[in-house]
Amino acid sequence: MHAELKQLVTPGDLLAEGPYFAGENTYRDGSKIYSSRIGLADIIGNKLIVVPIKGAYIPRIDDIVIGRITDIGMSGWQVDISAPYPAMLPASETPMDRDAGRGDLALHYGVGDLTLAQVIAFDRTRDPLLTTKGRGLGKVTSGKVARIAPAKIPRVIGKKGSMITMLKKETNTDIVPGQNGVILAIGKNPDQERIAIEALYMIEREAHTNGLTDRVRAMIQEEMKGKVVG
Amino acid sequence: MLDNQNTIRLIDDNGLRVDGRRLDELRPIKIEVGILDKADGSAYLEHGRNKILAAVYGPREAHPKHIALSDRAVVRCRYHMAPFSTDERKSPAPSRREHELSKVIRESLEPAIMSEYFPRSTIDIFIEVLQADAGTRCAGITAAALALADAGIPMRELVSACAAGKIDGKVVLDLSDVEDKKGDADLPVALMPKSNVVTLLQMDGSLTEEEFVQAMEISTGACRKIYEMQREALRQKYHIVKEQEKEEPSEVSA
Repeated sequence: MHAELKQLVTPGDLLAEGPYFAGENTYRDGSKIYSSRIGLADIIGNKLIVVPIKGAYIPRIDDIVIGRITDIGMSGWQVDISAPYPAMLPASETPMDRDAGRGDLALHYGVGDLTLAQVIAFDRTRDPLLTTKGRGLGKVTSGKVARIAPAKIPRVIGKKGSMITMLKKETNTDIVPGQNGVILAIGKNPDQERIAIEALYMIEREAHTNGLTDRVRAMIQEEMKGKVVG
Repeated sequence: MLDNQNTIRLIDDNGLRVDGRRLDELRPIKIEVGILDKADGSAYLEHGRNKILAAVYGPREAHPKHIALSDRAVVRCRYHMAPFSTDERKSPAPSRREHELSKVIRESLEPAIMSEYFPRSTIDIFIEVLQADAGTRCAGITAAALALADAGIPMRELVSACAAGKIDGKVVLDLSDVEDKKGDADLPVALMPKSNVVTLLQMDGSLTEEEFVQAMEISTGACRKIYEMQREALRQKYHIVKEQEKEEPSEVSA
């Protein structure tokens, strides 16, 4: 193994030679395994991976995403999920189907509306397919939205959920992170929502610094002083 | 009075060039990565008096849809010189030269891009020359490779480029503008250093077979030096990440 664990690697850097598997963001050439992106080299078992610093959101099945309706079609809506591919939410994949009669699709979602959905299908040959048949999924009707780089979402969640649990508790809002980098903050109070959004952007800016959880908590507590409680 | 071309000597009695460089000396290079907020990836490069900005957008939805390929991303490249980049104002309209350079630059970067990861999408590369002093296509390729890596686009490796040439009968490295204009040959070369694959090779002027081999050797050698500078620039940009991630690792979904 050539690269150290958690070492910063660039495309073309040699990671290892020999009996390893080439995992995410790496590729094999003969007996050697190289990195294909800028990121941190890591090893899981004998599988080499690179955790990328930056990159477009590529949908995966079961991902929860927050998208914006961009078009109304014959049997569903086109949704922008900040990916290289526009997603499709068919009417048959929304609870609306249970209503008597199809009704006008536009009555359910208009262009510009936000939806919290789950990716149910995606492969190389077709655009992602979404569903809102699931607990908590559906049209977003309240709250505020933050858009951050998808690669930073794991930092928002934190180790074992430590960061997101702290955010929810300190700001008294429900925080729903989409894997596509869009995050909802829904609270009872617009000031608390605004503080939550500020905290999220702070996490994105300082994702790679020490003691971030504590500093974000301190920032939130400072902002919460003097705001209406409840 | 006639201006005799021979009155300009490009190499003086001490073997030094007009700008004081030795025959095999590279112009100074300065690199900065990630300087544009709106682009997915970007890089600013100074190579001698060249000042180049490269920006990358992608992978993103293919517009118009019919240009999309079913099995990989379409790579598009636009090389453009700003009207103020040269001595005489250059018309902003794309010239035949810019059209050609856009194509050869794209072809020099494509072998490195793992475009099969993003079928039916596009990757757009923009190279803007803010100040030109010969060697802009090479500097553009070097900058664009950095911008692609900065955008997080999977690549086999980086691409670096440098030109060699012949002035006053001698093979030299990295021509400047006066050397290109008054010299005998110009040979831009782009290289994928790890796989040792040449992805751009053009020639203007004439070289003997021996001179050509010599020119290839010094230009590919320079490409490797430039490659190390590219890697260093990328590491500089993201080195803070390494330190902090070590201490507070975030949750990663495999």
